[in-house]
Parts: sequence; structure tokens; C-alpha cells
Amino acid sequence: MGRDSRSHDAAALLEAQGLDELIRSLERRDYEVLGPTVHDSAIDWGPIHAAADLPAGWTATQAPGSYRIERRDDARRFAFAAGPSTLKRYFHEAERSVFSVESNGSPFHVVEKQDAPRRLAFIGVRPCDVAALAILDRVLIHDRFPDPAYRARRESSFIVAANCTEPGGACFCDSMGAGPHAASGFDLALTELDDSTMLVECGSARGEEVLREIPHAPAGKDVRERARAAMAAARKRMGRKLNTEGLAQALYDNFEHPEWEKVAARCLGCGNCTQACPTCFCITFEDASDIDGSRAERRRRWDSCFTLSHSYIHGGSVRQSPKSRHRQWVTHKLSAWESQFGTPGCVGCGRCIVWCPVGIDITETAAAVARQTAPVEARS
Amino acid sequence: MSSERKQRIAIFKFASCDGCQLSLLDAEDELLKVAEAVEIAYFPEASRAMMKGPYDVGLVEGSIITHHDADKIQQVRRQCRLLVTIGACATSGGIQALRNWKDAAEFVRTVYPSPDFVQTLKMSTPIAEHVPVDFELRGCPINKLQLVELLSALIAGRKPNIPTYSVCMECKRRATVCLAVSRGEPCLGPVTMAGCGALCPAYGRPCFGCFGPMDSPNTVALAADFAAKGHSHAEIERLFRSYSAWAWQFRRATEERRQA
Ligand code: SF4
Ligand code: SF4
Ligand code: SF4
Repeated sequence: MGRDSRSHDAAALLEAQGLDELIRSLERRDYEVLGPTVHDSAIDWGPIHAAADLPAGWTATQAPGSYRIERRDDARRFAFAAGPSTLKRYFHEAERSVFSVESNGSPFHVVEKQDAPRRLAFIGVRPCDVAALAILDRVLIHDRFPDPAYRARRESSFIVAANCTEPGGACFCDSMGAGPHAASGFDLALTELDDSTMLVECGSARGEEVLREIPHAPAGKDVRERARAAMAAARKRMGRKLNTEGLAQALYDNFEHPEWEKVAARCLGCGNCTQACPTCFCITFEDASDIDGSRAERRRRWDSCFTLSHSYIHGGSVRQSPKSRHRQWVTHKLSAWESQFGTPGCVGCGRCIVWCPVGIDITETAAAVARQTAPVEARS
Repeated sequence: MSSERKQRIAIFKFASCDGCQLSLLDAEDELLKVAEAVEIAYFPEASRAMMKGPYDVGLVEGSIITHHDADKIQQVRRQCRLLVTIGACATSGGIQALRNWKDAAEFVRTVYPSPDFVQTLKMSTPIAEHVPVDFELRGCPINKLQLVELLSALIAGRKPNIPTYSVCMECKRRATVCLAVSRGEPCLGPVTMAGCGALCPAYGRPCFGCFGPMDSPNTVALAADFAAKGHSHAEIERLFRSYSAWAWQFRRATEERRQA
């Protein structure tokens, strides 16, 4: 994606008004600009046209199975952890027509869906989600079967990260090496210092170009030090922890651990964890035909290893028991992904914990199965 | 396909409100195509079509609540190559299955001036408790798009795309923010079968389970979680006992609920 890692030294100081300039500069480049906005009792992605659309003074309290938005007593715009939606939905769509076959009489012809990719710019992407995009890129662009639609959308996107100063009660990006500071994978990255100033880092030539159009000042040593201190403080306030040392192997070695039965008894099998996850990429295909037989279509939709149909082969589903489905999920994220793609499939965003209706905690399960010490309790 | 004989469809009604049959008439955009693609051979509610069987497909709405129903469904089964039950009444017994926990005879005495004329069974039961059923369309009422999909699949001889996983999958696809997590509302979505497109949550109303249990629902765990979040046993019972009350997985949620 032409984005690489730059050091703090290339950083600049941006005043809050600079965000308006940033949005205008992206709009001039024909980007649709999206950012965190307050809607539907959550802080979630939505279109933004000015800095005033950002959720200044809002935050969200997150815990296993629980998410509540709240007012803060300051006016910070990025003082909350990852929200319900990931960027996955914009690049790896939830539903998509792959192609259709049409006939007015005969012969029939195949119509492939070809749409010009939307040019999307995101302001305020959390470091875990930046890291998740790199994981998805690995699977959907750099593996044997690249997904052209995903690739086109990714290549025409612009990413403005917002480093995390307020980790949530289920966050463990620090354990996964994905946050709270984004090291690469962005065009620009912001670190909010207070209500009116932020540090900007450039991660790509495109980012540098955009920054040149925005009024900014060189960041002095003191400012860079404040940003570093904010990151260090955030690392200490992660809601969860996961000891990843030897974890992948330990999960493989404990395939029949009693913890799997225990957690499966609580698990609803609803699939929310995988659908909320920024890296779960599973899709299913379905073929449909119109009632008059003049048109057939192949569609794809997000799927989940928690559905019985996910492992359906001739004769039935391979993973019949809730235990086997739950184990598939945890071991794919934390073990098998590693063998498959060379990194864990988890960035520690905590969404599977928060958006699980019954608050099942992957860090707790993994620790119990691998016989590690219990994870830290969520902050209240 | 056009050269082949059209499939003969019959639509039968048992104890129900007609809402599911109306879904077919409500499929305005597709109705003409449906009428052209199949032969509606028996549909007393909507047309004069009263042709004799046998039929290729019988769509059955409603539950069995009388001796007469119980006899008639046997005849219907014999006349239909494929039998498809449509809607919560036919697939689980419907809202009228609430009588299954009460004394139906007493209701009759209270409501009707001449109770002797009313012959009713003690229970409202789904069609599948009486005859083998080939396919179920869920919902109260059914989703007309699912009905058109089912008919299209039957005509083409392909597998219908009718998912059996949870409503949550549909909420997440349409990016509805989870009501259970963001507002603490008791929602049946995690144990309810998809198919409605996650309609209620999209309008801020938790799922009340009208599509009945999904393929592998852990209703006992969900009930335990509701209890842990402070809902009384009576409240939990009310949640599970509505349109799909008599579905065994929903019954089990309150009848065998483990101590939380
Ligand atoms: S597995 Fe859970 S914590 Fe890890 S990336 Fe997915 S949603 Fe986030
Ligand atoms: S964890 Fe499950 S849903 Fe996620 S990518 Fe792996 S198999 Fe697919
Ligand atoms: S872990 Fe939670 S979100 Fe995932 S399937 Fe089980 S109950 Fe649903």
C-alpha cells in the first residue's frame, strides 16, 4: 500500500482547526471522508464533513458483553476505544453479488459485477484496526487467491490513525503488539494531547502531501515527549492481558482441555464474536435463480465458524458440537492463523469480548486452556 | 424449464390468522411471475382455484387445534409430493400454543355462550407432530422474499437459500448496533433463526423470536444470562413464550433452566 513506518521525529503539531483543513484536503482528492460519530447508542463509523462531526467530549465504557456511551468532562475527539464496526465492512463487504447469468431466451451471458471502488478516507482508525488491515491484506491480497474487489478498495483508501490514549475494558492490543501506538500501515497518525492539540506523524508519501496542505508547526521535543508519555500510560491501562509466549502451541497441545466444555456450555453459538472481529474473513457463497429462470446470481456473504453450515460437507456438518465450533474459533485466531499466515489472527481489539451477548472472554479461555495465570480484571 | 409441466401448488390453512398466506399476495412485484411460473391449483383464501390433488407442493399455514384438523392434515399429506409448513403456527404451534400450559376447556367455557358446540383439542401443535414435513419457512409472518426464494428453488430444482443460523448474523451484516450489549435489552436474536433480515433490532426493538429457534440454539445459557442480569423467572418465561412458545428449545429455556 506504499505505507511505511516513520519515526516520531517526522512529527508535527496540529491544532484542532487543522482537522477541518484535513477533511477539506481529503475531499479535494475525491475521498468520501468517514470518522467516528455518535449514533445508535454507539460511537461508530459515519460520514463526516467537518471536525464538528467528531464525537468531542464522548467516550464509551466497555466490558465483557457491555458497551455504553458516556459524556466526558473534556472535549477530546478520540478518547474512546474501538467501536462496534470495523473497517472490514468497507473493504470486505458483508454481502456482495459476484456475478450473474442472464438470458432473454438463449444463449445466456455472464455479467460480472464491476464497480469503481469507493474512495474512502477514514479519520480516527484505532491502531488495532490499522494492524487488522495488514492482516486482512495478507490474506486477501498477498495470498494465493487475491480478492480483486478488496484490493481495489484498499488501494484507493486513505487511513488517518488515531493512537489510543483511552484503552477500553476489553482491550489487549499491547499484548498482541498491535497498539496502542500505530507503527505502520497508515497515511497519517494522530496522537491527541489535549482538547485542542495533537501530534501528527506521516506514514506515506501521500500522507506527507496532504499534511503539506494543512497548517501545522514542527513538534518540539516536549510535545513528542508528551505523546510518548500518553502511549506509555495507555499501555498500563489495558483492560485485558494475554501472554502470547508459547500460546499457539499450548492451545494445540490442549485440544481436549475441560475448559472447552465449560466455555461451550455458556456460548450461544450466535457468531457475534466473529462478525465483530476486524480480521475474521470467512464468507459463504450461494447460488440463486429468479422465479422465471431468466436470471441466476452467485452471491457471497460473511460467514462464521459458529454456524453449523460453515463446516457442512456432503453428509453433514463436521463441527457438530458447540465445543468444536468454539475451539475452532479460538484456535484459528491464536494458533492456526500463525501456521497459515505467519502472524496471530488477533490484534487484541476486544470486540469479541464486548460484543458477545454473554461476555465470553477469549483471553480468559486461552489462559485457562494454556494453564496460564488468570487475566487482569476489567476496569470498571 | 418453460417446456416442462408447471408445478401444481396448493395452499392449506389450519389454525392461523392468514398472515402468512397474505405474504404471498403481498409479494406484488413477484406475484405475476409466480402466477406464471406455477399453477396455483388450490388456494381457497385468494382465488376460485379448488382443483383436486395430487399437488407437487403443499404450503401449509396454521397449527392443529381440533380433531378435524388432525384428520385433515393426514389427507393433505397424502395429496402433496412436498409438504412445506409456513409460519410460526405451522412450524411451532403459534401464539395459540400458549393454551398448552392452561386448561383450554376452561377458556371455551368462559368465552363461548354454547361451549358444547366447540370441539377443541387440549393443545395447539405444529404440523410436524402429525405428519412428516419436507421444509419449513419460519416467521410470524413469514418473509415473502423467503417464500419467493423457496418457490424459485423448487422450480429450478436447486437448494433454497434459507439460512438456519442466528439473527445476530443478519444484525452484524447490516451494521445494527447490538441492543443487548449497547442498551442491556434482553434480546432473543442469539438463539433465533435468521430470515427476517434482523428487522426488529434495526428499528430499536429486541428480537422476540418469531422465527423460532435457530439450528443449534443454546437457550438454556441465554436464559441463565438474562437471570444473571436481573430478569425474573416470570419475565424470562414471557420472553420465550410468545410466537414460538411450543418450540422445544424455547420450552427448555425455562423448564429445565440451570440454576444461574
Ligand atoms: S479475536 Fe477478538 S480481540 Fe482478537 S482481533 Fe478478533 S475481535 Fe479483536
Ligand atoms: S475464526 Fe472462524 S470465522 Fe474467523 S476466520 Fe477463523 S474460521 Fe473464519
Ligand atoms: S463466544 Fe459469544 S459472541 Fe461468540 S458465538 Fe459464543 S456467545 Fe456468541
